[in-house]
Amino acid sequence: MAVFPRRRLAAVALAAATALLVTAGCGGGDEPGDGPVTLTVDVFGQFGYEQLYQEYMTANPGVKIVERGTGTNLDEYSPKLTQWLAAGRGAGDVVAIEEGLLVEYKANPANFVNLLDHGAADLKGNFLEWKWNAGLTADGKQLIGLGTDVGGIAMCYRKDLFQKAGLPTERDEVSKLWPTWPDYIATGEKFVAAKTGASFLDGATNTFNTILLQTAGNSSGYSYYDTSEKLVVDSNPAVRQAYDTTMDIIDSGLSGKYGSWSEEWVSAFKQSKFATIACPAWMTGVIEANAGTDAQGKWDIARVPGNGGNWGGSHLAVPKQSKHQAEAIKLAKFLTSAKGQIGAFKAKGPLPSSPQALDDPAITGATNAYFSGAPVGAIFGTGAKSLKPVYMGPKNQAVRTEVENAVRTVELGQRSPAQGWTDAVTNAKKAAAK
Amino acid sequence: MTVQLDARPPATPATGNPRQSSGRLSRFDTRFSPYLYIAPFFLIFGVFGAYPLAYTFWVSLHDWDLLGADHPFVGAENYTRLLADTDFWHALVNTLGIFVISTVPQLLAALWLANLLNRGLRARTGWRMAVLVPNVTSTAAVAIVFGVLFGREFGMINWLLDLVGMDPIGWKSNRFASWVAISAMVDWRWTGYNALILLAAMQAIPRDLYEAAAIDGANRARQFWSVTVPLLKPTIIFCTIIATIGGLQLFTEPRMFNSGTNPIRGGPLRESQTLTMYMFENAFAPHYNFGYGSAVAWLLFALIAIVAAVNVLILRRLGGDRPQKGAAR
Repeated sequence: MAVFPRRRLAAVALAAATALLVTAGCGGGDEPGDGPVTLTVDVFGQFGYEQLYQEYMTANPGVKIVERGTGTNLDEYSPKLTQWLAAGRGAGDVVAIEEGLLVEYKANPANFVNLLDHGAADLKGNFLEWKWNAGLTADGKQLIGLGTDVGGIAMCYRKDLFQKAGLPTERDEVSKLWPTWPDYIATGEKFVAAKTGASFLDGATNTFNTILLQTAGNSSGYSYYDTSEKLVVDSNPAVRQAYDTTMDIIDSGLSGKYGSWSEEWVSAFKQSKFATIACPAWMTGVIEANAGTDAQGKWDIARVPGNGGNWGGSHLAVPKQSKHQAEAIKLAKFLTSAKGQIGAFKAKGPLPSSPQALDDPAITGATNAYFSGAPVGAIFGTGAKSLKPVYMGPKNQAVRTEVENAVRTVELGQRSPAQGWTDAVTNAKKAAAK
Repeated sequence: MTVQLDARPPATPATGNPRQSSGRLSRFDTRFSPYLYIAPFFLIFGVFGAYPLAYTFWVSLHDWDLLGADHPFVGAENYTRLLADTDFWHALVNTLGIFVISTVPQLLAALWLANLLNRGLRARTGWRMAVLVPNVTSTAAVAIVFGVLFGREFGMINWLLDLVGMDPIGWKSNRFASWVAISAMVDWRWTGYNALILLAAMQAIPRDLYEAAAIDGANRARQFWSVTVPLLKPTIIFCTIIATIGGLQLFTEPRMFNSGTNPIRGGPLRESQTLTMYMFENAFAPHYNFGYGSAVAWLLFALIAIVAAVNVLILRRLGGDRPQKGAAR
């Protein structure tokens, strides 16, 4: 008889537990109140904000900042952010958006706070004009994000490997080695002939993207999509030209074939397996993190072959789902101010998108000890104001993935250059239609 | 001190209180409380199983941009497009290929291991525990370590191949090699688990069957194939179905095996992209086409059902009615 109540109790407990499980998924979330506010910032790669958070929290005692995602790569970060936005919860109060994805997010602006409604219009002069415009929706009525950095491009190289190969090691002389990409290839052939045990460059895809963005910036101003959002992967001469130059690089045996951002790529940094890497400003932080302290002082930075170019750069946005929009907007404004951009540059090297910051002696005079004291401020900063942006179409990321994978198949010897091109065009069209 | 402790209240016959309500309550109790007891499972299944299943189907009938505000109804269009999508069939072949070259050796090895463990070994429990160890390690950790082992340039496997004078293998850029590498991960993790399940079933086989077989002159191998295997049939079916479900949903291993940019493609030519990865690629980055991804999910569901049914049929055939005959003898 005593068994009975116990069993009934167990049933009730189970039912209660179930009910709890079910409701737990729907509750939670902190209500906005008068107490201290916790702001979550979502980033990827290396934004270099740690010091700035400390400063901001000291100046605003009511705010606590938590950052997520430093060191993750963009391919991990962007799907998560999209899921959070789609689900209506989970995203940080301030989120970083990379330029290639900004177009997709702009197509659905309702997910974000319109910063123009919060006094952002006054800040227009703080940003390079094209960087400001990139944050605006097509109709110009909503500002989704405030610009953080731009991606001026240089060429990072290993002095020790250059010396081993009998090449000059001084950055000015190295820059003179390769005014154009064919010169870069010729230098690479000399390097390979010296048999140092290292490849001349890391892998073809990053170099391909660099050449493409540079060529596109110097000509039409668009890459895979034209400004009317028509896919022009097979008709834009810039794409074909970048592809052909990359094929020459592969053909000359210069590539180490390390898939960019893979574990092998990271190992290759550590084991000094390649001598040069195309280097947008933000890449300096990545190199330092991957190659580690052992390689300190062995790297240096020279001019990129060809003429300038811009790769990457991000915006900070405030999702509408944020419960602390006002505070989040204030923080985003602080982080993207000239002062914030200078702080980030000093920490991890992303090049400011604010003309005031670019003119600041803190930038113009900046050197990077890891890169043998290279004057990074002058190298990346000069010409940053004349950077020509490249327009990105709606499915830019998906199309770029297909084209770069086609480059990769040629690099790995799975496809001939001609087959690779056919694949690139076919798969890009297919991806764009999805 | 042989006092019998009985904390139960003295059993009094339930004649004292013939009130109507008590009777109704107990009738209610016997009739409905069983449902109440099994309700938690069905509640949880409803919330986390049935509802997502139905919702996924609903989504698959729409042109559903993950971020978009409007999701127009398109009927079966996602399915018709999917059936004409070469990448989908490519992923399907990958999935089935990896499934076959991982599951077959895995179950055979598990059977062999279980047979070994069933003998009078020294430190038997220790061995039995040991085979389960790979299973308790995190899948992601296993996949990362194997991904490094199978590296093209810095990997240990290629280094060993080099030692014996063989050319290095592009484990990630050769379709079949990548299947083998991923199967190795799966087998490393799951062989021991299946071995334990088969072992448990083996121990339930009455010893007198073996004695009878031995008297009939059957050697150890003959006993294994004629007594053990037929009697293990239900368990083998169970293991196969579990392996089928796991194998066709394979995600973490191939996903972590491919590092670098867009690992979800499973290599530049989609060498090791499984169906779940293809689903993910479409539903999330870089396409964010939730409707299309949901259609992949539903076809995957159909595929698992078909393969599981085929499994059962084949195994029924294979087993024949040997156990019944044996029992009748």
